[in-house]
Amino acid sequence: MAWPISLTLNGVARELVLDDPRITLLDLLRERLDLTGTKKGCDRGQCGACTVLLDGRRVNACLTLAVGCDGAAVQTIEGLAQGDVLHPVQRAFIAHDALQCGFCTPGQIMSALGLIGEGLIREGGAGDDAERVREGMSGNLCRCGAYAGITAAVLEAQRTMSEATEAAAA
Amino acid sequence: MSDLPLTRAPAHLRQGSSIGQPVTRHDGPLKVTGAARYAADHHPAGMLHAALAVSSIARGRVSFLDLPAALAHPGVVAVMTPANRPALAEDPDAKTHPFMFRMDVLQNDRVRYANQPIAVVIAESLEAATEGAALLAPRYEAEAAQADLAAAEVFTPPAVGPGHPAAMAHGDTAAGLAAAARRISVTYETPAQYHNAMEPHAIVAAWDGDRLAIDTPTQGLAMLRGRLAGLFGLPAENIRIRSPFLGGGFGSKGLASGPLVLGILAARLVGRPVKLVLRREQMFGPVGHRAPTRQTLELGTDADGALTALRHHTLTATSAFDDFIEPASNASHALYASPAIATSHAAVRLDTGTPMFMRAPGEAPGSIALESAMDEMAEVCGMDPLEFRLKNYAETEPMSGKPFSSKALRECYAQGAARFGWAGRPRAPRQMRDAAGLLVGWGMGTAIFPALMFQGEARATIRRDGSGMVEIAASDMGQGAWTALAQIAADSLGLDPARLDFRSGSSDLPDGGIAGGSAHTATAGAAIHAAGAETIARLAALATADGRSPLYGAGNAGVIARDGRLFRRDDENRSESYADILARAGLAEIAGAGSGAMEPAAQAGYAMHAHGAVFAEVKVDPALGQIRATRLVGAFAAGRIINPRLVRSQYYGGMIWGVSFALHERAVLDKRSGRVINANLADYHVPVNADIPALEAMLVEEHDPHVNALGIKGVGEIAITGSAGAVANAVWHATGYRPRHFPITPDHLLGAPG
Amino acid sequence: MNRFEYVRPATIAEAVAAAGAPGAAYLGAGTNLVDLMKLGVLRPQRLVDVRRIAGLDRIEALADGGMRIGAAVRNADLAQDADFAGRFPAVAEALLAGASAQIRNAATVGGNLMQRTRCAYFHDLASACNKRAPGSGCAARGGETRQHAVLGWSAHCIATHPSDFCVPLAALDAVVEIAGSGGMREAPLAEFHCLPGDQPARESMLAPGELIVALRLPAAAAGFAAHARYLKLRERTSFAFAVVSAAAALRLADGRVTEARIALGGVAARPWRARAAEALLAGAAADDAAFRRAADAALTEARPSGDNAAKIELARRIVRRALLLAASGTPARRPALPASPFAAPEDGDAAHV
Repeated sequence: MAWPISLTLNGVARELVLDDPRITLLDLLRERLDLTGTKKGCDRGQCGACTVLLDGRRVNACLTLAVGCDGAAVQTIEGLAQGDVLHPVQRAFIAHDALQCGFCTPGQIMSALGLIGEGLIREGGAGDDAERVREGMSGNLCRCGAYAGITAAVLEAQRTMSEATEAAAA
Repeated sequence: MSDLPLTRAPAHLRQGSSIGQPVTRHDGPLKVTGAARYAADHHPAGMLHAALAVSSIARGRVSFLDLPAALAHPGVVAVMTPANRPALAEDPDAKTHPFMFRMDVLQNDRVRYANQPIAVVIAESLEAATEGAALLAPRYEAEAAQADLAAAEVFTPPAVGPGHPAAMAHGDTAAGLAAAARRISVTYETPAQYHNAMEPHAIVAAWDGDRLAIDTPTQGLAMLRGRLAGLFGLPAENIRIRSPFLGGGFGSKGLASGPLVLGILAARLVGRPVKLVLRREQMFGPVGHRAPTRQTLELGTDADGALTALRHHTLTATSAFDDFIEPASNASHALYASPAIATSHAAVRLDTGTPMFMRAPGEAPGSIALESAMDEMAEVCGMDPLEFRLKNYAETEPMSGKPFSSKALRECYAQGAARFGWAGRPRAPRQMRDAAGLLVGWGMGTAIFPALMFQGEARATIRRDGSGMVEIAASDMGQGAWTALAQIAADSLGLDPARLDFRSGSSDLPDGGIAGGSAHTATAGAAIHAAGAETIARLAALATADGRSPLYGAGNAGVIARDGRLFRRDDENRSESYADILARAGLAEIAGAGSGAMEPAAQAGYAMHAHGAVFAEVKVDPALGQIRATRLVGAFAAGRIINPRLVRSQYYGGMIWGVSFALHERAVLDKRSGRVINANLADYHVPVNADIPALEAMLVEEHDPHVNALGIKGVGEIAITGSAGAVANAVWHATGYRPRHFPITPDHLLGAPG
Repeated sequence: MNRFEYVRPATIAEAVAAAGAPGAAYLGAGTNLVDLMKLGVLRPQRLVDVRRIAGLDRIEALADGGMRIGAAVRNADLAQDADFAGRFPAVAEALLAGASAQIRNAATVGGNLMQRTRCAYFHDLASACNKRAPGSGCAARGGETRQHAVLGWSAHCIATHPSDFCVPLAALDAVVEIAGSGGMREAPLAEFHCLPGDQPARESMLAPGELIVALRLPAAAAGFAAHARYLKLRERTSFAFAVVSAAAALRLADGRVTEARIALGGVAARPWRARAAEALLAGAAADDAAFRRAADAALTEARPSGDNAAKIELARRIVRRALLLAASGTPARRPALPASPFAAPEDGDAAHV
């Protein structure tokens, strides 16, 4: 048996043939497409290390059957930087030391990107934005304990991105 | 720019500006782009996937495995069982030193704990291997398992931790307690905890004849290589281990574990490279944990609140087949002054995997008990908790009487308390509420961790173009070795960091020692520092002996190495670049080696510890008992700080582990079966981002001339200590409920008035 | 995980036909099903992926003021739907208190209703479980029971239903629309999940092959919008299942309760509607004394199923608190920490009506 699927993977259209219906999106990326930036921490949707954007929304790739993703757009950590130019979220993570061992980091960054896209942080750090970031990032465990830096990085990246959007609109 | 007296006889001074700089992580760009390759990210040609089948009983033997069913599953290549497992050169149950732990590698059909590997299925795909393991449908002859700390037979262990005495005493505690004006005797319980690094244990193993290439995360490359060389009967140099990035270790990747060896055996069995990654639930057994403890503390004070005696007794557990005794009572050795201190340990044997070093082993559970007891004693004395600790401030190490090599704890107390706003704290509990009506409590604890060193080596090279290379088999598990050690390396050679090629994370480099005991930066840093000194000395010898060099004859005056040049120490107008010196000598490069280890004289003469003070605020819903650690301030003094940015992150991590210890993590053991029933990250709670609203870590200046040449103590574990107790004490202050069972959960607080 | 056949029907009729075969299971996002398949708890022979069925992803405002939500609507989309959240704020709050943003982005409405218990012994193939293997016994009894039921349990099963979403749905008389080979039927959400009795394996009113196609909230449920809250007690601030939870919705007039709706989560095999407590509040003053009496009434029949008596008192307290919160009004902006005791109201926020 073979299960053909079409994916837009980091902006590139791909036609793939799965040889097994059990393959999760995570194992497809990691074991068959050599996109190993997305990590497996629990394989049960309990840690967030495998977070990718599926049709623009952050999801746990470990609980997503690849066969069900036919026609979907998938964005992974590998698709974020433009060559050597890091994405604002990536830059902010480095600047705020929002990582230690780095294993949860790709998932944190993709989750942050999803959170910013959800538009719930509105004031660039004012009001209860920080609390909304903490809640919004709580699906991504970090055992090293980089949460303070992660929250600061997400707030800064949100500001940078919204300023860039405003500048582009002006 | 700081002068580093980089050797004890500084004929050749080196100056550098890297140490002390808050540079961002060198490996940051790799980690934020997904380009950093962790062990399980490797996929050599022809690789197969292996999956473990693990035991669902805690004691007995495997009586049946449905091999035909597994082998019939499409894609399954082989099933490894005790019947066909390739031979080892060494008995995996042999134990010749305390850092050697017995492991389960299919040596027989016995089961001695739940989640013990009982077979390995190797297949063309991960899906097939995993399903093959499920299809084995094992059957057992089960025996009754002992899983209850309270019910098992107690024995006195010969040693605790890595070979420390199980009991120590100074002074007469019985007399001290008898003479005390005030006394408490309290018992605290801490649960079994599992490291749960985000990266599951993983190995990719490939054999080439009698040569073995491995990708696996390890906190000790050389130690692991030596262990594997013994087990497989190979010369160590035949084994190459790559471990550039660990996805967290916390002690669980310090020693060779059974699953890792099984991955190598599986590759041997099938003659192809094999990847074996533990599933999260399989990490609750064969790769170590922190044992549960029941600790009893007896404290006595005189009428003024000075301790007259301190007793700390720990009951803990080890496995049925090996010994690791959590040295929790030893937390009372070095912190508070008392004319009499007695510490002791007892243990039981449970049918669990063997407990192991877990971030602040002994110190973490010991600290939460000691800091809670100090808080209780302060309350009995009618004293502010900080005032009580200052009253019992130790000017010399209490148990040994040795002077401290340095101790800026008073400054930590003062700076932390000021930053936190401790001064306004009401002494009685249940006095503070926020605008929403939540109970607010403030607590504090003292942090302490020994400044340890292991043994490490490094090699430093200056190349013909004047650039440098430093090589060391160090481990970066998130603490920042790639960055901090490179900073030390740059200064050790007097080079701009951009001119330095820093190589690490591979077993074919000089042994950098173990990344554990908060000792890695000190050990590896000292080795690098010495290697750099040796290299510069050789380079200086070339120049000062060469009549064509502007440095000719400067041998007695000495030279200064800086920015890739050697300068005459007594005349900085006379200098020469490294490149010129090497070119004239016709050398492609010049190299030196160095080692780092604790100096016996310093160790004999001084007590060496990092210290800190942690202040915590919690909020508690008065009716529901839900708790949140809303604010933590920690002030820590740990000698020379190589990189403040990374050190702050280490402190944050430790403080969060403290919060977790007090409020979240616990392995729930079903005492009937001996199985951890919450062996997953939904039910074994570690803090999420929303649990950590506000953290602040202050770096208190401390200069230590004794601890090692660079003056480095460790920062990786200290912040758990103090923090856990501070949170627990804040819960008391908020609610009036005195926590003695950890973690503290809402049902504990039901008795507190709503 | 076993190998399986994967089919993706385009219509409800095709789906029901495909799921008629023995061993078939409907697949939504798979956030629970795929997990249970990895554990080996479920080994379906055929997965019927219902996410692409036309119309199943629609959120519709009904002419009478109610709303109809397709079974394949994502939890996050429903929670963020302004019209829905305005009419049924407690439901939106409960949705956002569940799991993580990643799970909510994937998980479907139908799947949320059909999620299985989190009982550790149900998840563990080596443990006796009458739900997973009828007749094998219940290892949870006498085991670790902190998360287990205090209402509606039986000697055969003490598991709880883990959903947050379903709790306010039960309170608000939501209706489940079901398609089967015989056509469409409806069931009240509050009775949709079965109590264990002596058949714990039967968990819902669905017959084999039947499919949830939509959820309907009646117009009357929107009448509580000004005073509706969901509150969830957790052992960490977010991303944790409830120890206990409660939904409370009130209609108030002149300081008195004209109508109350109360349901509890984490206490039984179904979201637990507390009708006796509701009756007690009808016409009562909207004050703490009345809420305390209602909370007592809600737990009258509760009894521990193991070492979990604390849950009864915690449930009582959370009902009372949820009523107090509901009485003080639905916040204008959703709290930063939905359903959390730490979700302090923002300064200057007036309760919206």
